[in-house]
Amino acid sequence: MIINFLFAAIKAGCPLLFGTTGEIMTEKSGNLNLGVEGMMFMGAFVSFYTAYKTDSLALALLAAFGTGVLAAMIYALLTVSLMANQNVTGLALSIFGAGYAKFFGESMISKAGGSPKLSESFIKSISEQPLPLLGDIPVLGKLLFSHNPLVYISIIIAVICTIYMSRTRAGLNMRAVGESAAAADAAGINVYAVKYIHICLGGGICALGGAYLSLINGGGIWNNSNVVNGQGWIAVALVIFAAWNPAKAIFGSLVFGAFSVLQFYVPRNIIELPNAFYVMLPFLITTLILIITSMKKTKKGVQPAGCGINYFREER
Amino acid sequence: MKDNAHSIKEPLMRVVKKAELGYTKTALLSLLGLAIAIAAGGAFILIIGHNPTDIYWSILQGAWRSKLAASGTIKIAIPLLIASLGITPAFKMKFWNIGAEGQIIMGGIFATYFALFWAHLPHYLLLLVMFLAGMLGGGLWGLLPAYFKTKFGTNETLFTLMLNYIALYMIKYLTEGPWRDPSSSGFPKIASFDKNARLDLIFGVHAGWLIALILTLVMFIYLKYSKQGYEISVVGESVNTARYAGMNVKKIVMRTMFISGAICGMAGMIQVSGAAHTLGDGVAGGVGFTAIIVAWLARLNPLIILIVTMFFAILEKGSSVMQSSYGLSQSVSSILQGIILFTILGMDFFTRYRIVFRKVRKKL
Repeated sequence: MIINFLFAAIKAGCPLLFGTTGEIMTEKSGNLNLGVEGMMFMGAFVSFYTAYKTDSLALALLAAFGTGVLAAMIYALLTVSLMANQNVTGLALSIFGAGYAKFFGESMISKAGGSPKLSESFIKSISEQPLPLLGDIPVLGKLLFSHNPLVYISIIIAVICTIYMSRTRAGLNMRAVGESAAAADAAGINVYAVKYIHICLGGGICALGGAYLSLINGGGIWNNSNVVNGQGWIAVALVIFAAWNPAKAIFGSLVFGAFSVLQFYVPRNIIELPNAFYVMLPFLITTLILIITSMKKTKKGVQPAGCGINYFREER
Repeated sequence: MKDNAHSIKEPLMRVVKKAELGYTKTALLSLLGLAIAIAAGGAFILIIGHNPTDIYWSILQGAWRSKLAASGTIKIAIPLLIASLGITPAFKMKFWNIGAEGQIIMGGIFATYFALFWAHLPHYLLLLVMFLAGMLGGGLWGLLPAYFKTKFGTNETLFTLMLNYIALYMIKYLTEGPWRDPSSSGFPKIASFDKNARLDLIFGVHAGWLIALILTLVMFIYLKYSKQGYEISVVGESVNTARYAGMNVKKIVMRTMFISGAICGMAGMIQVSGAAHTLGDGVAGGVGFTAIIVAWLARLNPLIILIVTMFFAILEKGSSVMQSSYGLSQSVSSILQGIILFTILGMDFFTRYRIVFRKVRKKL
């Protein structure tokens, strides 16, 4: 029972982990992109369509990643080069992305003459299978090594991003840009290149979260009404919960995932709480964290100082 | 070490801030931006294989094709207009209130309480109470992040974003729990309001439109001609200037956010009482987010907000004919909105900055 619960929590948390890792990359380079929801929508559609047409998981994921990069490029062009307001641009991207997925999703449905379905062989390729050897370990084998391939990819990406951010020169440069673009510029870092690269990478990773939602959660059928359903916004919240650290995001997405499925696992005869409480709890905790960190005036685990501010060289 | 030492490395092009443009020049550039944006949307329509002028024309017609459609267009515009006006003072103060969505919901919740449990009050008294309750609910929901921002410097963008969700799940709680309509079997929902708690119709559309129009004027005057409006502008330009001038910045921020939230709450009350006649989790339905875009595109000018709102409402309502006339998804409106927004946001650059290219140097 508990193992089933944790297993479900990991599954539910995985798309959030993609979104959160992507948004951390973006925010750490000094840009608050509120378009996560939109990029996830676009990734969801493009990956589904590619899988539907080619039956290849690798191509589907690549297509989603590429779409996320392109979407984030629009955002980067507008906010970094053209210095448009970041909040407004991100919101516009969210609206655009949702419209994009629904529009092309509907034309895909009308072309297929019904709900398009992924092939059996493709569904098998993304199904949950125990890894050889590791999957045979009792308890842990089921819990950690019997997932669909995207779960591992999300964790690998989060780990790579953590190492990249904290252990490499490029990662250090990125954090410098995020904290103070002017200082980084004076130190000889190409601020614009750093921002573009990380916004685009972040967008690509976010879009993979969308791919998870349409390929895995959709059960092989395209859901045109609301495939992403606010997960992108939850990812933005999770960034705070994870204190802008992808490694903590792994844990954080597990917690958020756990709360989203908790209502199905809590024994009703012992604890009787309204369902809404469980889904609300992550947001309450995030808000409290936000307040507490600001009260303590800590410099660790808070939003990068330059986040949300566009860098204009001649104004510093 | 010949002439290299003297020549300074100059980038090919660089960006320079423009002096503040005059009113007409800004207006002209904005119109040009809009034209280019519409052309960009047209390019998209062309790519998907349709005639842009046909599509735009049917959107325009579709929004006003019948009395029912026209009232639908106005019904879309009402909450959008009010919420945009609500966001405006906050954004003018550079307080990034992303929480209109939650403030609308809280306004809806507070108003619904009276609609459900005080429905026996005289009609206009009940409406007034609901109206004030809605404003109080939204206002408090706006005050909360303002309080923490002024007291501890808590990031308001993220805080208001979180409050949206807390408010949304509060509706879920009320729907499934204490306010659940006992007479409805199956999917839990809140009972429809008594006739007594519904906004009256004026010319076939609920009275919200009149409230919204009055509010537009009031907000215009408030921001432009009142002392408080002036204080908002100063705080928005520079907190330090405001402080040196002896303004109580904390008080201004909290007061403005209360007003901002209260107006959004008003939109929530009008939605539940005028449009939905009940409280559901779609009461805000993304209006709080779209409102931010509307307010920003209108450069936080209430009168222009009215125009931009109508533009958005027509685009949204008119797109509903796309399915029957062209076999296109209604979501084409979201895509067009996105493209138009991107273009206008990008074009805005040229009203604020200009690009200077490297001059060709003469060899000495």
